[in-house]
Amino acid sequence: MDLALAPDTLARWQFGITTVYHFLFVPLTISLAAITAGLETAWVRTENPKYLTATKFWGKLFLINIAMGVVTGIVQEFQFGMNWSDYSRFVGDIFGAPLAFEALIAFFFESTFVGLWIFGWDKLPKKIHLACIWIVSIGTVLSAYFILAANSWMQHPTGFRIDKRTHRAELTDFWSVLTQNTALTQFAHTLTASFLVGGAFVVGIAGYHLARKKHIPVMRTSLRLGLVTVVAAGLLTALSGDQLGKVMFKQQPMKMAAAEALWNGESPAPFSVFAYGDVAKGHNSVELEIPGLLSFLANDDFSSHVPGINDVNKAEQQKFGPGDYRPNIPVAYWGFRWMIGFGMASFGLGLLGLWLTRKKFLLPAHLRTGPEEVPHLVLFRSTALHPRLARWYWIAALATMTFPMIAMSWGWIFTENGRQPWVVYGVLRTSDAVSPGVSTAEVLTSLIVFTLLYGILAVVEGKLMVKYVKAGPPELTESDLHPPTRIGGDRAEADADRPMAFSY
Amino acid sequence: MQLHDIWFILIAVLWAGYFFLEGFDFGIGVLTKLLARDRAERRVLINTIGPVWDGNEVWLITAAGATFAAFPDWYATLFSGFYLPLLLILVCLIVRGVAFEYRAKRPEERWQRNWEHAIFWSSLLPAVVWGIFFANIAHGLRIDAHGDYVGGLGDLLNQYALLGGVVTLLLFTFHGAVFAALKTVGDIRVRARRLAIGLGAATAVAAGGFLAWTQVDSGDAESLFAVVGTVVALVLAVVAAGRGREGWSFALSGLAVVGVVTTLFLTLFPDVLPSTLDPRWSLTVSNAASTPYTLTIMTWCAGCATPLVLLYQGWTYWVFRKRIGTQHIAGAGGAGTAVPAARAH
Repeated sequence: MDLALAPDTLARWQFGITTVYHFLFVPLTISLAAITAGLETAWVRTENPKYLTATKFWGKLFLINIAMGVVTGIVQEFQFGMNWSDYSRFVGDIFGAPLAFEALIAFFFESTFVGLWIFGWDKLPKKIHLACIWIVSIGTVLSAYFILAANSWMQHPTGFRIDKRTHRAELTDFWSVLTQNTALTQFAHTLTASFLVGGAFVVGIAGYHLARKKHIPVMRTSLRLGLVTVVAAGLLTALSGDQLGKVMFKQQPMKMAAAEALWNGESPAPFSVFAYGDVAKGHNSVELEIPGLLSFLANDDFSSHVPGINDVNKAEQQKFGPGDYRPNIPVAYWGFRWMIGFGMASFGLGLLGLWLTRKKFLLPAHLRTGPEEVPHLVLFRSTALHPRLARWYWIAALATMTFPMIAMSWGWIFTENGRQPWVVYGVLRTSDAVSPGVSTAEVLTSLIVFTLLYGILAVVEGKLMVKYVKAGPPELTESDLHPPTRIGGDRAEADADRPMAFSY
Repeated sequence: MQLHDIWFILIAVLWAGYFFLEGFDFGIGVLTKLLARDRAERRVLINTIGPVWDGNEVWLITAAGATFAAFPDWYATLFSGFYLPLLLILVCLIVRGVAFEYRAKRPEERWQRNWEHAIFWSSLLPAVVWGIFFANIAHGLRIDAHGDYVGGLGDLLNQYALLGGVVTLLLFTFHGAVFAALKTVGDIRVRARRLAIGLGAATAVAAGGFLAWTQVDSGDAESLFAVVGTVVALVLAVVAAGRGREGWSFALSGLAVVGVVTTLFLTLFPDVLPSTLDPRWSLTVSNAASTPYTLTIMTWCAGCATPLVLLYQGWTYWVFRKRIGTQHIAGAGGAGTAVPAARAH
């Protein structure tokens, strides 16, 4: 059969496209929910209206974003059964439970309380309203945990046995599925990276307004919050990524060897900065390396042995029978680099921003600014950056605000591609997982329909986002500043015909 | 009763809950063209479900996820077998969700009108397809020895299934009209009630025919009870609507939704997906189920989480219990004019 139209090729393309697309919205939802909740907490505690304005502004962008995350998420759950029915039969006993938990615990939280939060401004006392957004935030984090536990089981199956009679994987230890180190490190890495996404988003947009000297008090606060988020999340993403790498060196040596285009095992093994090679012949023709670093990343030891692609391939052939157990090497290699490169670029820019906009630390008094002023960008001790250079910083922040999102997409492409040809590592091959009863024409139809629909929606969502970003925060009204003290609203009887604070 | 029997009941409960809740959501979507006279009234209708539609839809995600976890083979055959119908439902649910959230976010006439068309069609189509879907499950599918659906799209569009689609469309629209009468105030409430009576009568006739067919095809004494109960609930719902007892009418139309799901699941048991090619290839509660270990974990989770979900979802309906009319829609002024987005929210 023509390889391009093999059933699992099309189904994989569809899964890749719909999942990467869905995941553009997920990390931003996770982080913006928490950021919005944090800002609303500040409003409730201090009653300073700038925090309420910020809550409304970032909350609006959060809502535009979560709408897309929610609707594209349904596809994810359905397509296991639609395109991967043999996978579903084989793993359902294990894989289904986290999915059901995700819906029952996390999605109900998110969807119910986001409705209360959107429509509840004039119906709920402010502390209850605040609790709603925190519950949404908790829901987003729980959702991430359950789905990552499920994915981790595909990366490193545990707590199961294969039933000889039914030929399916059966759960024997649910606790180990939920708490294995793959799940915990993947969760930590994904969660911290999500905050890097949200932080860079906030910094970019706050910088845009500050460069235009608009909405200064709100955007100044937002900028600081964004920069601190970027730096903290960037640092934790790097640390958790290092941990995840070490786990993967043990559990999926092929993935990590592919990530480095390390064809043959070496001790000590170098970290590759750039490589260009011939996949068919199994060697690199151009290489730029840092000696010993890969050994250190894998085993905390600069001279340790790291097995190469060819070694692992041979070992897996002995274990699982003849075949090619190598993933797409260039995708793994470059995906790994783009993940780290785009992510760390944002971290670097955030670190620079935090230093440039420092408030008092090593900053002479004449360069300190009040809450109504755009902060000076101060690189060295006593002079602010030239306005043109300062402007470049804001432009750079805006231009790179999607970098962590790109990094995360490549991270997922790397880790999912790096597991191939397995869908469940060492247990089930991707080619054995597709739906036998679904025709190529059907998969092709859905692939085209989703790609077109998602493309159109990307334009719609993007334009709407830009419109609301440019419009800036809304003016607060009297009723915004004086939320009801009773559930259902204070003036229910006195003013029965008052318009709702929010309506579709 | 074994664990997989309990999970069969729980899956039925989840689908019944989904159709009870999203049933009136779909109905409201259809009524934006059937009942609303202008944009302000369309907005009133949309806002009756504004805070709750998303939470209602999670019942579907839970039903699908629970089927995956409790009956992997059922989930696998069902979702791959109904490939194109489910694709249509997915497209509708995507468009519909975005339409609700984005419609009011720009003031332009064309933007709002397009999303309103989208809301109508993306509510109407799933209402039909879900009926076709469940009628086919109850009737059985061409399933081979491996458990795969080997029929085509044409086989799914048989007369019985098409009647099922008509029934769910009518039933959900009726349920939505009663909900609209319950949640609105003013002229639209009066018209919603009047429309509900006509829709309810039509639903009673169509559902009566469909359920009788189901009963003759594969019914037993218990399902006969459900059939009669459903038809009685529909008739009483119409009577209650006629007398202006909207709360009672809504409870009864909801009961009718639950009754239809109950009838279909009763005729199904102990199969979950009968094979029309060879009864030995039918998927049953025992051969499609997960292990007792997994089902036990699931039971604990569902037992703890479901009451909590019902509690806070119920609370949401209580918070937004107030009826709404055109006067509550900011900037609408009772006329079908476009609304400046920046102020509307």
